[in-house]
Amino acid sequence: MSVKYAETEPATGKSTYVGQGVDRRDGPAKTTGQARFAAEFPYPDLAYAALVHATIARGRITALDTTAARAVRGVIDVLTHENAPAMKPAPKMSVLDLSSIASGTSVNYLATDEVHWNGQPIAVVVAETPETARYAASLVRPSYQELPASVDFAAEEPNAVPEKGIPIMESGADKGDAHAALAAAPVSVDLRFSTPPYNHNAIEPHATTAVWDGDHLTLHEGAQNIPWLRKHLAQRFGVPETSVRILSPYVGGAFGGKSRAWAGTLLAALAARATGRAVRLALTRAGVYHTVGGRTPSAQRVALGADAAGRLTALIHTSVSRTARIGGMPEPITAASHHLYAAPNIHLAQNVVQLDLLPNTFMRAPGESIGTFAVESAMDELAWQLGMDPIELRMRNEPERGPVGGQRFTHRMLKEAYALGAERFGWSERDPRPGVMRDGRWLVGMGVATAFHPSMRMPAQVTVRLEADGTLVVRSGMHEMGMGTATVQAQIAADEMGVPLESVHVEYGDSDLPPGPGAIGSVQTASAAAGVIDACAKLKKSALALARRAPGSPLRGRKLEELQARDGGLHHARGSQTYAEILTAAGRDHLEAESKAGMLGFVARTVLERRRKVRAATGAQFCEVRVDPDTMEVRVSRWLGVFDVGTVINAKTAASQLRGGIVMGIGMALSEQTLIDGRDGRIVNPSLSEYHLPVHADVPHIDVHYLNEPDPTTPLGLLGIGEVGITGVAAAVANAVRHATGRRVLDLPITLDKLL
Amino acid sequence: MPEIRMKVNGSVASLEVEPWVSLLDALRERLGVTGPKKGCDQGACGACTVLADGVRINSCLALAVQYDGREITTIEGVSHPLQEAFIRHDGFQCGYCTPGQICSAIGMLAEHTAGMPSAVADSGPLTEAEVRERMSGNLCRCGAYNGIVDAIMEVSG
Repeated sequence: MSVKYAETEPATGKSTYVGQGVDRRDGPAKTTGQARFAAEFPYPDLAYAALVHATIARGRITALDTTAARAVRGVIDVLTHENAPAMKPAPKMSVLDLSSIASGTSVNYLATDEVHWNGQPIAVVVAETPETARYAASLVRPSYQELPASVDFAAEEPNAVPEKGIPIMESGADKGDAHAALAAAPVSVDLRFSTPPYNHNAIEPHATTAVWDGDHLTLHEGAQNIPWLRKHLAQRFGVPETSVRILSPYVGGAFGGKSRAWAGTLLAALAARATGRAVRLALTRAGVYHTVGGRTPSAQRVALGADAAGRLTALIHTSVSRTARIGGMPEPITAASHHLYAAPNIHLAQNVVQLDLLPNTFMRAPGESIGTFAVESAMDELAWQLGMDPIELRMRNEPERGPVGGQRFTHRMLKEAYALGAERFGWSERDPRPGVMRDGRWLVGMGVATAFHPSMRMPAQVTVRLEADGTLVVRSGMHEMGMGTATVQAQIAADEMGVPLESVHVEYGDSDLPPGPGAIGSVQTASAAAGVIDACAKLKKSALALARRAPGSPLRGRKLEELQARDGGLHHARGSQTYAEILTAAGRDHLEAESKAGMLGFVARTVLERRRKVRAATGAQFCEVRVDPDTMEVRVSRWLGVFDVGTVINAKTAASQLRGGIVMGIGMALSEQTLIDGRDGRIVNPSLSEYHLPVHADVPHIDVHYLNEPDPTTPLGLLGIGEVGITGVAAAVANAVRHATGRRVLDLPITLDKLL
Repeated sequence: MPEIRMKVNGSVASLEVEPWVSLLDALRERLGVTGPKKGCDQGACGACTVLADGVRINSCLALAVQYDGREITTIEGVSHPLQEAFIRHDGFQCGYCTPGQICSAIGMLAEHTAGMPSAVADSGPLTEAEVRERMSGNLCRCGAYNGIVDAIMEVSG
């Protein structure tokens, strides 16, 4: 079998390393067991913590009997709201300080007798061994006064209210009169969809090792956003930010779940402070479900009206999501519908209910992943009503400009993506009739859907340091959860400076480094690249200035524009110097440059730019399923995605990220769901044995192609890649199932009971 | 408290361990051998896979005292072409499930060679479908399954 990577070279013209499928730099560490994760840092006085979780949805703790727990040999302390030192309250969310997003909930753990969700931590046991801590935690006996709670999303969803938008995310919109146009349309569909809650389920459960030295806190933690977490911890513990050190060299998967300060992190630090010991708190898998938010469930309506030729006249997409009374934020479920189709009449609205549950949080493509399921399923159903090929229907409605706001697309290649995908997937062999394609006894179905995710940037600070031996050191507090962070930034820096890839070192994952961009919203690579490119430009300028001052330098009198950075130095046809020569001649042992960017400017730019431009990563997802005609078991048998993600820096790691999104989307479509008991808010399946992630046998070879056309408005032309892969996936599966069986499933996951 | 002796990655380790301590916790917390990972602590994810006398097991479901006198190989003790193949085929992203995937693959190849049947086939050459079936006890949430299968196929072929 062949593994397909990028088929075309990137169009930047000068790259040596950008575009290549370079092996990951941390490959040897990760394949030999040398990579140390947060729970794997030894300390001589290490103690272990375990959480006690509330078993009611809402109420007050009237008593908390810790006698039996304290009597267990090896228990150091049992911290409760009655004896724990109080943390300061969590800061309120403010767009003026995005680090406030780190507040996962407003609950001040162990500083209140109030219970706000089933699973809220109400005590922490600290003990000499992990087994002792866990056993003693099981002996803590709380008594409650229960209060009425609202936990059933399906029951509460009709009472949703319009959400308050936040300026960095899209929500509702109106153009023309969509309801009148729908009523008048000769062909229409009007469908109600539902999606369940989902959990990230990174294979590394959240773990923290916390150590205090006076007022200085060192924290080993898998973090997606070190600057946010550091500021949050400093605020909660009343110490300066400079007193908090976060070390996060490896993150065992995150997908949004490690972007905030959740209970485990805070309570590890609190327990370490209270006991004077180094404390490790490794959450159990159930503990992750109980304390780290997941994806909102949704109820959605998509109604489409079209003329007989398949041109949309009306597009209505409304959604209900759920946050919690004590936190959470709306997810942009209708965001992609702003940009997908050229309908003259559009109505988009996002509504929300607040329940007594653990708040939702970011999970890979929050909003777009489930929103594209609804709108792309509805487009497919409209194609059935019209008797039209679903790709053709999409092409007839491909917009020239932003369908709602009239913005310019910086880049739009969905037609090319579908054309290439159709050719490679063999779309022309699809018999358009439902339920007639067979492979032996299996029913075969083919479906498509559009992938769409906005492309943003966050501020990043980067320093680049040139050593006298020609070594280049890139320093930025970036995050590595599997994207190949160090590898891709080394490729970029090597090309910018014209040095060999092996001589570039990248430091990341440490709060002592210049603050990097968060690994959220698919922004990290592009944001850090902007900083690396800027710092490298400054560094080359400084190097040239140094050379020009040196007597006899062949670069005297040269301007930077006349020179090429290559072969480890600055090059001109009539004379070159290596960086090492420049530094040695000047008697310098190093030269350093830095790139800085401010957060407020970023927010303002994002909001302003959104009014004028649409910048997004897009793609065409092609799915083939086989359905057993007796059991209605669905197997995904083939997958192909063609992605327009701008310039691809590393063809190998990029393909892996896109495949990873598709695999998570297959789980979303067919097997995953977090079940919540509608009576008491208890999560019924908080485990990997009852929450069904895709396994090896569920995933076929996934063929990934890139269009590899640089975006003209971003550094190096690159767009984010981490989230677009999951968008459209569930719809492509549902559409393939519709083709195989004739049945339209509107409620995820597509389990066989919904097909029988 | 029972005292046990195991050979871990070629070195003899003796430790006193309560009878309820899992092999995984004994390795990670008592011996500082942190290559095997804890992902679920109930045998559902495979991140803790180690080789016990060459046979793959979920070390979170094994009690340390049961392995007195046995030889345990974790990823730290592995030196196998699969490791480089994983890198070449990008058979991982975050790296957390990787030690378990590699140990499991080594055990799986030995099982196949020994003629152990699977749900796909009772015998015959190792196919991609076979590898997927036999490796399905090792979850990868980053979704690096394609690269893992490619790496195993390359090394087995």
